Amino acid sequence: MEKNQLDITNEHCPMTFVKVKLALEKIQPKDQLEVLLTEGEPLDNVPKTVKEQGHRVLEITCIKDDIYRILIEKC
Amino acid sequence: MQNLKDKLSIICFSGDFDKLVAAFTLASGAAATNYEVNLFFTFWGLNILKKKKGRAFLGKGLLARFFSFLMGGKNNVPLSRFNFFGISPRLMTKMMKERNVATLDILIETAIDLGVNLYACDMTMNILGIIKDDYITEVKEVLGVAKFLEYSKGGETLFI
Repeated sequence: MEKNQLDITNEHCPMTFVKVKLALEKIQPKDQLEVLLTEGEPLDNVPKTVKEQGHRVLEITCIKDDIYRILIEKC
Repeated sequence: MQNLKDKLSIICFSGDFDKLVAAFTLASGAAATNYEVNLFFTFWGLNILKKKKGRAFLGKGLLARFFSFLMGGKNNVPLSRFNFFGISPRLMTKMMKERNVATLDILIETAIDLGVNLYACDMTMNILGIIKDDYITEVKEVLGVAKFLEYSKGGETLFI
């Protein structure tokens, strides 16, 4: 199992979930993707769209002020 | 799990910078959430698909070639308001970059990467005597109304 990272804290809609989708396409099933994002639109939409696409959101943690880390497992 | 039959079709009639940004933003966002996305370019909207990004005498016939030159390509798309002879789209792109918002070029590239289907309008191409080779290779097919209705059937359709 490989762990990959993606920082979308400087991105805005639609590139937040677009970049996550493209990053997930590049990794293998069961591999994990760690995404750094901000609260608001990214935090509302990224976990939701990832789940809709059949992947698993393993963890959502606030790491600093409005920055969150979500851990996704590709299914 | 997202229903794989979800579909969004957009008729890109306008060749305005801001309206194209809206169309490609919706297209990329929808494609990223597993929608099948069809963009059907007609009239002014077709200018964004030209291989020649600047002004060029394309097409058949003097009038058509002159008209094509006046419309230009991707580098000449105007802002729908406050265009100021083409300066505003450049300023807007600069502002978008400064604020980390995807520019029109990035949105087009992303839409293509996500598998958005690009279609060109047969009738407009006939009027201007423009052929498929004048457009970027990512244009999948040249369509008429019947085919567009077939492809968009069962989904949402927008006109921009």
